Amino acid sequence: MIEIKNLHVKIAETETKILNGLDLTVNAGEVAAIMGPNGSGKSTLSYVMAGKKDYEVTEGDILFNGESILEMKVDERAAAGLFLAFQYPVEIPGVPTMNFLKAAMNAQRKTRGDAEYTTPEFIKRVKEAAGNLGISMDMLKRSLNTGFSGGEKKRAEILQMSLLEPKFCVMDETDSGLDIDALKVVADGVNNLRSPDRGFLIITHYQRLLEHIVPDTVHVLYDGRIIQSGGKELALQLEEHGYADVIANAA
Amino acid sequence: MNAPIKLTEAEQALLLLGSDGEASGILRERGLPTRRVEAWHYTDLRNLLKSIPTGSQLDTGDVDRLLSSYQRLTHATRLPFVDGKYIADAADETPNGVLVAGENAPNLTPAADDDAIGLIGAITGAKGVSIAIKDGVKLDKPLGLAQVIASSSFCSTAHTINVGKGAHVSFIERHLSGDGITGQGNAITSLSVGEGAEVLWAIVQQHGNQCTHLGQLNVDLAADARLTILILNCGGKLVRQEVHVKSNGENSDLEILGVNLVGDKTHVDVTTSLLHNVPNTNAEETFRNVITGSGHGVFQGQIRVAQPAQKTDAQMACNTLLLSDEAEFSAKPELEIFADDVICAHGATVTDIDDEHLFYMRARGIGETDARALLIKAFVDEIFDDLEDETFKGALVGLIDDWLDRNG
Ligand SMILES: Nc1ncnc2c1ncn2[C@@H]1O[C@H](COP(=O)(O)OP(=O)(O)OP(=O)(O)O)[C@@H](O)[C@H]1O
Ligand SMILES: [Mg+2]
Repeated sequence: MIEIKNLHVKIAETETKILNGLDLTVNAGEVAAIMGPNGSGKSTLSYVMAGKKDYEVTEGDILFNGESILEMKVDERAAAGLFLAFQYPVEIPGVPTMNFLKAAMNAQRKTRGDAEYTTPEFIKRVKEAAGNLGISMDMLKRSLNTGFSGGEKKRAEILQMSLLEPKFCVMDETDSGLDIDALKVVADGVNNLRSPDRGFLIITHYQRLLEHIVPDTVHVLYDGRIIQSGGKELALQLEEHGYADVIANAA
Repeated sequence: MNAPIKLTEAEQALLLLGSDGEASGILRERGLPTRRVEAWHYTDLRNLLKSIPTGSQLDTGDVDRLLSSYQRLTHATRLPFVDGKYIADAADETPNGVLVAGENAPNLTPAADDDAIGLIGAITGAKGVSIAIKDGVKLDKPLGLAQVIASSSFCSTAHTINVGKGAHVSFIERHLSGDGITGQGNAITSLSVGEGAEVLWAIVQQHGNQCTHLGQLNVDLAADARLTILILNCGGKLVRQEVHVKSNGENSDLEILGVNLVGDKTHVDVTTSLLHNVPNTNAEETFRNVITGSGHGVFQGQIRVAQPAQKTDAQMACNTLLLSDEAEFSAKPELEIFADDVICAHGATVTDIDDEHLFYMRARGIGETDARALLIKAFVDEIFDDLEDETFKGALVGLIDDWLDRNG
């Protein structure tokens, strides 16, 4: 579903290289986890997949269902079914969350040639999804992410993910900032979305999330490359021993 | 006395519109203000006002059809004007406690040497309506002064409004015309707000793309009065809206909320002066401006606090979004404070749309144009958040949406 081939990325305005020949394949139905030390390039990978213009791909390619997405605009990628749950969701004062959700859902439907949701249909869907994630409708009347607590922001990301029904979900440290109960709620939300035709790339520092969302594959990102891949037991091994061994082996 | 200057085409045409009185003499001698006159530094009227349109080409038969072709903005009691003329026959019935008289011809004199709008009003013999609201009257519908420019004419109006003690009333002064009409309006209103009255005065300027609007609102605020002045500029080619408020009674409260949407190749200037003459008055001014293309926006805000006006609290904020490289905004706050125990503050910011905001919205599938429009709306709509009249608020937001559709 996602094939990342020999991806080299630098900061657009400088010569600073961040990804150095990253290879990664995630199949439909698969949940892949990426772990790696701070600053190794995990968020950068997620931004490059989403199409952020601060980064420049100097070599390599990203294929989504066999086609390169590098020339696609940010919103085209989203409409094609790529979703990024942000590590740090931005606050956008003045844009009510409900208006934003409606604009996003209908924009994507329009791009795909589906009819836009009517207001009652839309509200019904939001109520249901918000209920499942323990999000109050009052919170959704506020400006997007504005003044939301760290955990509320992460829940709001998952709410968007479940409403937009993407084909491939990249989740950047969705677990950070969540309390123990919220972690469970969010994990359940993700597990409900698991399906044979949907793929996930879950970026995390902790085994804890992966106890709830059990991954099929685990990859270690270090210095802009995947230096080791394995099954879910790799995450346990990292939790116990840290990155030192893996890094030493790769060197 | 200086030697007479060589008059521009527009100045000569203005002189032909009126009788040859004192005001005409002043224009002959000084001409319209240029950028060398401080109050007109960013709006060089002499240069920008190239010509003056001839008289109205409208015959009375057209007026009804014309008025019905313009959509009402809201549920206001409408007092219509076409090409500067009050059309009493087409006016809605006025509620009890409200007296409207046409053929109001105040004896205008320019407030100062740099009062070009007052001068033009005086030269051209501006006429309008006088409206008196009796003491204690509370209206549930706004009064709407709908001023339509229907042909390429020069429309000089002057209204005199008196709001009695303790009255509660909203006014909507609306200026509109179709695209392509090269009309010009010189619209002067004097508003006196009585003791303890609560007034909303809204100026909705939605002229077509070729119209000129010179507006001036002169206000006298009595003790305990509360006034909200709301300004939406979303049209016109050359616009100067002045607001001059004198807080003459203690414990008065003034709020000015403004949104200026300045399109490509247009010039929109809002100039305010607030004079605090007595102790314990409040004033708060908030403007949000959006400039596209090669538009030029101007805000001049003057606050003067006279020596007796202790405990004045005056705040002024002006935030601008520049949406293109050629877009320009000039802001000039000016504080003149002669009292020592006052709180006065002003702040002006100029920004661009936040790239992180834009990226986030686009990452959810919202196209760039729509995402930008949502962000611009968020920036300006907020100004009208506290407006109690939901219908009117909806109409204003609708005008902003239309503008964004045309200019986004
Ligand atoms: N726009 C940018 N400008 C300059 N440096 C950047 C930029 N974006 C990322 N970097 C640098 O690239 C490196 C990788 O950053 P990235 O955010 O991808 O790390 P990460 O693996 O997500 O880290 P963490 O686990 O702390 O979230 C870091 O050294 C970071 O400072
Ligand atoms: Mg990160």
